[in-house]
Amino acid sequence: MTRGPLELVCPAGTPSALRAAVNAGADTVYCGLRDETNARNFPGLNFSDPELAEGVAYAHQRGAKVMVAINTFAQAGKTAIWARAVDAAAAAGADAIIAADMAVLGQAASHHPDLRVHLSVQAAAGTPEAIRFYANRFGVKRVVLPRILSIPEIKALIGEIDIEVEVFAFGGLCVMTEGRCDLSSYVTGRSPNLDGVCSPPEAVSYSRQDGSRSVALGGLTIDRQVDGAPLGYPTLCKGRFMAGGKTGHLFEDPVSLNTIDVLPQLLDAGVTALKIEGRQRGKAYVEAVTRQFRQAIDALGGADGQPAAGAAMLNTLAEGQRGTVGAYKKTWR
Amino acid sequence: MNPSPIALSLGPLYFNWPSGQLLDFYARIADETPVERVYLGEIVCGKRGPLTQLAVATAAERLERAGKTVIWSTLISPVNRRERRLTEELVREGEQVELNDFGGLAGRAGAGFTAGPFLNVYNEDTALMLQEMGCTRWCPPVELSLQSISDIAARCPGLETELFGFGRLPLAHSGRCYHARQHGLNRDSCRYVCEHDPDGCRVSTLDGTAFLAFNGVQTLSDGLQLCTETPETLRMAGISALRLSPHSIGTVEVANALRKFLDGDSSAREMVEAVRASTLPLPLVNGYLAGKAGLEWTMA
Repeated sequence: MTRGPLELVCPAGTPSALRAAVNAGADTVYCGLRDETNARNFPGLNFSDPELAEGVAYAHQRGAKVMVAINTFAQAGKTAIWARAVDAAAAAGADAIIAADMAVLGQAASHHPDLRVHLSVQAAAGTPEAIRFYANRFGVKRVVLPRILSIPEIKALIGEIDIEVEVFAFGGLCVMTEGRCDLSSYVTGRSPNLDGVCSPPEAVSYSRQDGSRSVALGGLTIDRQVDGAPLGYPTLCKGRFMAGGKTGHLFEDPVSLNTIDVLPQLLDAGVTALKIEGRQRGKAYVEAVTRQFRQAIDALGGADGQPAAGAAMLNTLAEGQRGTVGAYKKTWR
Repeated sequence: MNPSPIALSLGPLYFNWPSGQLLDFYARIADETPVERVYLGEIVCGKRGPLTQLAVATAAERLERAGKTVIWSTLISPVNRRERRLTEELVREGEQVELNDFGGLAGRAGAGFTAGPFLNVYNEDTALMLQEMGCTRWCPPVELSLQSISDIAARCPGLETELFGFGRLPLAHSGRCYHARQHGLNRDSCRYVCEHDPDGCRVSTLDGTAFLAFNGVQTLSDGLQLCTETPETLRMAGISALRLSPHSIGTVEVANALRKFLDGDSSAREMVEAVRASTLPLPLVNGYLAGKAGLEWTMA
């Protein structure tokens, strides 16, 4: 059962992160199976079938839920792998699956009609028309909104649909619409839609020359800094590039999404659940962010209505140590 | 019996061209190219639509008089009420439409449509569901390999497959306008600065290697995709048409060079040389078709 006015949905890349999130106050934990069916298909991450079943049991004993992300697009001729993942999630007793591909949604609707289905952000469903299509056709009960809408737009959209809305609240921020980005495969051959990875580690290389360090992806320089200055992971859209005589972060600055200061507005807009990004992050990170958001959500329901934690505290955990509310504020566009 | 020829089509214009340029361009397409189908309509940015509405309507008449089939292509990401209403009207009333967002499916109510490359159709199950809903033709997502396309096409008899065959590849869509950001503006106050780059604004690494281009909210490849597969290979993969994407230079010449090649009247090498000689001075790419990084180039 959700404890506060907003459901807190937290990431778990490993069984220990799942336990940490549950113990730190997550209402729901989401995770993926150890294969290409989920969008964090990195080595050393994710759950085997038995681990998933154990994780679900652990969460249920403590009043928390588990959702399984089966949110990549099934490959041609290999849809059985994705169908198996849906079966595995149902068998483990998961409370919902998060899916984007019509093949996966169709499999869940026809073979597991009692399994709750949420529409992944990878489906890029940002209009009432698109959301209603998935709700009517596949019985989707909740949509995770693409990160392109401002808070007033989210409020208006919620007024036009009959299913729950989950929004991203904290963590890495895709500047492109998720599910509509092939930048990674253009440079490396692997992408979120094809393989569940973006800017994959095997394509990353570092070099040093003349007192500066460079990081490249697929042989293309993504950023360069003088020795001693921080050099972030070369996610393609966060790099420094040149265009029209200017050099800089052309697509997005190295910032993370942080909505802690706009939670009252998200609540007022009619949002059901807040999602924390970061299945690739460690247990300590998951625990710290979960705890901060638990406090902030509990404070929303309290008498003073004041958030317990400020944005500054959470920003120390963020990528680049800087926060943004992204598209939730119209001028981000 | 001769096998049916691979048809050519012209995809929707991604860039913000002034009305005069747009009219001249489509007049040449009508008179001088062997393309059978032309996709029209603003699909990248809903703010641009009103600027060229009249010119596009005129171009449509011109193309139809020349015997071309005109298909109306919908916005990739309608956001506000006006954009949603226009998209819905087009979907409901358009005789021939291409859908670029699943939001249009319900409104189509079973009537025929083309599935654009922005619909995430990555497998046969999804393609079959679309076919049930009225889809008669699909242009696969640009990152799909020829092998995957072929696997899907083989399991969807009756579904026409139109491959993205030429032009800067549409790689990503965003809520943010990079042209506006580049000029210190935001999307709502953009002053339509994207019109200064008729083929997109080139993006280079810090070493000066160009690899992407932005066009408002869209990010494209810097390289020009060029499919050099023989008509036999295309037919074997279930492909019945190649789609060319409009560029400010050389589109007419590329269409004619491809027609000649697909008709067996020139070699792949001759076709590639003709394309290089007439288009923008950009690298050619085709890695996606071989299942590799999209920016690679391999000559069949």
